[in-house]
Amino acid sequence: MTWLRLNREQVVDLLWQHLSLAIPAVLISIVVAIALGRVAWRWPRVGAVVLGAASLLYSVPALPLLIVIPVLLSIPLRSETNLVVALAVYGTALLAGTAADAFRSVDSRVREAAEAMGYSPTGIFWRVDLPLSLPVLVSGIRVVSVSTVSLVTIGALVGISSLGSLMTDGFQRGIREEVLTGVVLTMVLAIVLDLVVVAAGAALTPWQRRTKAGAGA
Amino acid sequence: MGIEFRGVSKTYPDGTVAVADFSCQVPSHRTLALVGTSGSGKTTLMRMVNRMIDPTTGEVLIDGKDVRGLDKVALRRSIGYVPQAGGLLPHRRVLDNVATVPVLTGTPKAEARTQAVALLEKVGLDPALGKRFPGQLSGGQQQRVAVARALAADPNILLMDEPFGAVDPIVRRDLQDQLLALQAELGKTIVLVTHDIDEAFKLGDQVVVLRTGGVIAQEGTPQQIMAAPADDFVRDFVGAGRAERSLRTVDLDGRRVVVDGDDRPVGVLEK
Repeated sequence: MTWLRLNREQVVDLLWQHLSLAIPAVLISIVVAIALGRVAWRWPRVGAVVLGAASLLYSVPALPLLIVIPVLLSIPLRSETNLVVALAVYGTALLAGTAADAFRSVDSRVREAAEAMGYSPTGIFWRVDLPLSLPVLVSGIRVVSVSTVSLVTIGALVGISSLGSLMTDGFQRGIREEVLTGVVLTMVLAIVLDLVVVAAGAALTPWQRRTKAGAGA
Repeated sequence: MGIEFRGVSKTYPDGTVAVADFSCQVPSHRTLALVGTSGSGKTTLMRMVNRMIDPTTGEVLIDGKDVRGLDKVALRRSIGYVPQAGGLLPHRRVLDNVATVPVLTGTPKAEARTQAVALLEKVGLDPALGKRFPGQLSGGQQQRVAVARALAADPNILLMDEPFGAVDPIVRRDLQDQLLALQAELGKTIVLVTHDIDEAFKLGDQVVVLRTGGVIAQEGTPQQIMAAPADDFVRDFVGAGRAERSLRTVDLDGRRVVVDGDDRPVGVLEK
């Protein structure tokens, strides 16, 4: 534990940097995936193409992606934006299909009744479809948040600092405790973020917790 | 005045004819029951009134105005809608479900909720249920909420889409009685869709029996249809040949007891 005690400040710094890369990437993934999922749900044929492209994108290895994105966006290879964009691409690819499923999970009787009562199309999206798709959406967001937190480490290979830097640095210098610290903290961060997502999901879907307690007519 | 269907038809792109040249008038403050099996176009017809479906030909008029000339969203908000079972917003508490349309049209939330409490009482529900989510109510209670919700904006017209179809017979009778009592007080113009002829006879001032493809088999008051079914289809549909429809009286200790075709007592004839 001596290494950790001596380098605590640096580790805390890297932890924050890790979070500052992971959280924007997850948020962007959620927004873009919901948009794509909505399109895929609304126009199934377009959706099949979009979702196919998304899973193809997910199969692109991370290192080449980190080299292609700076060229496409003309940003520096080692910029944080590069990694956030790459992670958002993966996150979106991972979540878009689930988002389409989430919209499909909304009971069409409820949507139709809402329409018949006079909800506008925008109103239906924000006040009916989106809240009711949350349970399925949250399950997908959990996967994305865990996967993104662990993927952030790969940025260290091109010199974008995160807890992954502890792994590359520790390997190069043969400091086992440093590598271990990187691995364990990344896992802990993933678990904590997952718990946050679960708690947020539960807070946003109070009706899920208390159904079927009903009494007689 | 009221609602008028004028030569409406609905043909889908695949060639399916849901409704063929249907004309009918619903006078204000009256209840029209559209009854038929699935595929008879009854729901399609009802959905033309609030423009959930636009007819292929013909027009639907409300108080003489073609609904096609009206904004869909505004039109729907001005018409009460009671969906089939499962049509409440599951993520909104009962009070907020009832307050939906007033809130959509700009009534302050607190005011809309206060009105919602009164409406719950009106449909025979304990206002304490207002804080629950729909999933915590029984099927019958949910449909009472649906009726309260449809009445919230005090619309002139109510559309009811098999509203009591999924509840058990005893609860259904309660709900029907409640609706009759409400209607006696409120006098809405109602279009009710049902596959249950007994419900159509009980709730409808005027009944239209539809056969497949939205063709009128018979139109009239419940008494007229019961007394003189137009053809075998209607006779079958209203069960004119069924034992419980062919009643006769027998004398028992000086009282005239009405029995059905199976000799089961139905009631006593009043002097």
